[in-house]
Amino acid sequence: MAIKQIGKSLKARENQLSNTFYQLQVLNGKEATESKFPSFTEKVKAIGLFPLKPSGIEIFQLNIGKLCNQTCAHCHVDAGPDRKEENMGKKELEQCLEIIAAVPSIHTVDITGGAPEMNPHFRWFVQECRKLNKKVIDRCNLTIIVANPKFNDLPQFLAEHKVEVVSSLPAISKLRTDSQRGDGVFEDSIKALQMLNEVGYGKDDSGLILNLVHNPQGAYLPGGQAELEAEFKRQLKRKFNIVFNNLFAITNLPISRFLEYLLASGNYESYMEKLLEAYNPSTVKSLMCRNTISVSWDGYLYDCDFNQMLDLKVATKSSNHISNFDIEQLNKRDIILNQHCYGCTAGAGSSCGGEIS
Amino acid sequence: MSNSTNYFNPEDLKKFGNITAFQEAMGKKFFDWYGEVFKEGALTAREKSLIALAVAHTVQCPYCIDAYSTDCLAKGADEEQMMEAVHVAAAIKGGATLVYGVQMMNHVKDQSM
Ligand code: SF4
Ligand code: SF4
Repeated sequence: MAIKQIGKSLKARENQLSNTFYQLQVLNGKEATESKFPSFTEKVKAIGLFPLKPSGIEIFQLNIGKLCNQTCAHCHVDAGPDRKEENMGKKELEQCLEIIAAVPSIHTVDITGGAPEMNPHFRWFVQECRKLNKKVIDRCNLTIIVANPKFNDLPQFLAEHKVEVVSSLPAISKLRTDSQRGDGVFEDSIKALQMLNEVGYGKDDSGLILNLVHNPQGAYLPGGQAELEAEFKRQLKRKFNIVFNNLFAITNLPISRFLEYLLASGNYESYMEKLLEAYNPSTVKSLMCRNTISVSWDGYLYDCDFNQMLDLKVATKSSNHISNFDIEQLNKRDIILNQHCYGCTAGAGSSCGGEIS
Repeated sequence: MSNSTNYFNPEDLKKFGNITAFQEAMGKKFFDWYGEVFKEGALTAREKSLIALAVAHTVQCPYCIDAYSTDCLAKGADEEQMMEAVHVAAAIKGGATLVYGVQMMNHVKDQSM
């Protein structure tokens, strides 16, 4: 079934929030709202961890394009079918491969987007990374597998190359999944999960890992990950005979289209209050920006995918692009923090791998 | 002085914790106990949240309905489960009324020839 898009990207709508400077002004109480919240940087200073430093680069995360077959209401990438221009080219991917091969501390290549599989070089790049013996993660939105016949064999391809699949399924509810991701997404996602199961994903002893991502479908924080995982497992098995490995509960960060939703629904202040109330200093040491480097489609380097979407490049000006990648300098950099970081430190913390504490 | 012109103000939910200001020892004991009650135990935290949602409807507390609608979602309950919980609450309330029908029937019998 074809997905009915919720709308267009902020960029296509020429919404003010497509300007990252404007987003940062909002987060700092200088635009759209007068609410100012205590500075995140001060919180990190108070526990003696400022400036926040990397622990070493282990995960090389690439956002290879903003093109996507969905336009989810909460998307922090502002991705969608109308984002045709921002896609990583082969030259940049080759440069990334050189870095991945040269830096032994990088054990994982984490490929995201948009729908990364829509990048024409995706399969070639996965194969090259696997030749280097690196673990490869595909952040797959599921529906891409059934969106077009040319993607129908993705489960086989991913299985053949032992790629770990991390897929979004916000809820076991058609109503709430579709209201966040577009009409028809739930049904297509279930079909795609069954196809992944068919080739062995999520099954004991297959060695093929299928992890799901749950994120709230509104202005609230996720509940406990272990309990959510148990409930997802029970319901998916009972209703659709689907199995998977782990569930990652991820907090929505107040940026991009989720920030748009918060402002438009009048939930911005109360959401920030919830994040602040749930601030958990013990998560700071394990924030994902400490062991990850995030690369944009045009090769710039960021501390994480969220900083990338706010255009907050790494602080090391002489090593801020794949063309001048210098591991020594990057390992010593100060991580750029701002008010959106509260989304990573609420409750049990949140990262691309779910809870962190 | 409170400027509220309503008995129920959604903002008051956030001030629940302030009840300790007038009686600290009891308030503190209540919140400790409350926290313990809602922790995962023999029942999961999600099951407890659904029970709380059902009870909130029977005691018709708008604050509790507000808090536990969100909490149920956060704990992974779906809207079908939440509505079923409300039906359970309603069925008990309805049944509790109807079961008195037996008393009514007894009285009718006692006073009839
Ligand atoms: S599938 Fe992912 S990248 Fe695509 S619009 Fe939805 S959240 Fe954004
Ligand atoms: S958004 Fe999260 S991961 Fe990124 S820099 Fe802030 S705390 Fe680190």
